[in-house]
Amino acid sequence: MTPQSFVTVYKEWDIVGARQIAREMAKELGFNVVDQARIATAVSELARNIYLYAKEGQIHYEVVETMNKKGLCVRAVDTGPGIKDISLVMQDGYSTSGGLGAGLPGVKRLMDEFDIQTKVGEGTTITTTKWVRL
Amino acid sequence: MESRFTRIVVENSNTIVQMWIKEIDSLKEVNYTATISDSLYDSTNREFAEVIFTSIRNQGSTNAVEEFSGKIIKLGWPLSYITDGLQAFRRVTTDFILSQSEKVDTDYFSNVLSSVNHWIEPIIRQLVNDYTGSWENILSLQRVALQELSAPLIPVIDGITIMPLIGTIDTERAKLIMEGLLQGVIKHNSEVVLIDITGVPVVDTMVAHHLIQAAEAVRLIGAKCILVGIRPEIAQTIVKLGIDLSDFATKSSLKKGFTSALEITNRTIVDLESKEEKVEKLIHLLQGE
Ligand SMILES: Nc1ncnc2c1ncn2[C@@H]1O[C@H](COP(=O)(O)OP(=O)(O)O)[C@@H](O)[C@H]1O
Ligand SMILES: [Mg+2]
Repeated sequence: MTPQSFVTVYKEWDIVGARQIAREMAKELGFNVVDQARIATAVSELARNIYLYAKEGQIHYEVVETMNKKGLCVRAVDTGPGIKDISLVMQDGYSTSGGLGAGLPGVKRLMDEFDIQTKVGEGTTITTTKWVRL
Repeated sequence: MESRFTRIVVENSNTIVQMWIKEIDSLKEVNYTATISDSLYDSTNREFAEVIFTSIRNQGSTNAVEEFSGKIIKLGWPLSYITDGLQAFRRVTTDFILSQSEKVDTDYFSNVLSSVNHWIEPIIRQLVNDYTGSWENILSLQRVALQELSAPLIPVIDGITIMPLIGTIDTERAKLIMEGLLQGVIKHNSEVVLIDITGVPVVDTMVAHHLIQAAEAVRLIGAKCILVGIRPEIAQTIVKLGIDLSDFATKSSLKKGFTSALEITNRTIVDLESKEEKVEKLIHLLQGE
């Protein structure tokens, strides 16, 4: 099976598809059960944010390898409204939808690397990576 | 004009069917699984041809078509069997009529095409309708089945109810869980409800949020909610997400949750057999002395 490199998210059930691919890739890469759950949950958060706030976008997956480590890089890309204040949305409990507001700060804690690029009116790209622990 | 074409086709139905079957046979290898036996394929093709000709003779009567589509759907054959078959029929028949005609100009040619289309179209429409109807039917049945599965409530003993959740929780299902919980608590007069999430693959902030809200609602109607079946990896992700479950009674397993539910309802499990065993041992001991 060649890994699918991205999925489009625009229905609620696409979130399920997006995290299933993440979990399968994580398993194949040798992540343990706890890390598989962390990655699947992170993808679930990012995909749901796309569904809720941008209406449509993609989750991209990439196996990354360096000299001494390998990991899974997940990128959530949308052309939605963008985020005005990044430090605000990274606060625990901040939500504009009556949610728990734990999604983005949670993803940052669940994964090893985390980066947001966003511009109001243009969209948001969140790139996050988890390394396989050896 | 059309009735003349109809006559040509009906009078030569044997030849046309033979030509058609030859085309259809070449399709089998490319399109359909080898699991269809040659004899079944053959007899179905002949029936298909019969249906087409009945429809042509009766100028679009759909009874035979309906019966045939029902049969193909039951056999589970793909819709492409029917559409491919009708395309092949269109080609074969057009060629045949043209080969029987002496003078062919553009007008004549377009007359032939429109007659043949006129025969084929009602058949295609009927068959495609029947097919989508059966798909929609299956889909709605599955939806009902899923809904029934989505939030089951099991009243185990007086005052204690269990809701085992299995599979993905989306917003639709989260709503059903909430409704089911509240209705169930009232209906069964439950003091404690155990929500078992052993079978929930991912607990993200949305699922957690709904569970917290459900527990809060249950508390408001005077019962207590215990969340059980939290797998270690789920517990770890919940903590990393920073979700606060401290207001929520949680237990790792259904067994532990049930024991604590018994305590809450002032009950305890008594192991009758082991008591008897102890008595027996005592008697034994006494007799031995
Ligand atoms: N892809 C996105 N595009 C625009 N805004 C977003 C996006 N993702 C998150 N946000 C904003 O950041 C806030 C916090 O997101 P999150 O931490 O996932 O919490 P929640 O989804 O529960 O509100 C959201 O309420 C929303 O306003
Ligand atoms: Mg979110």
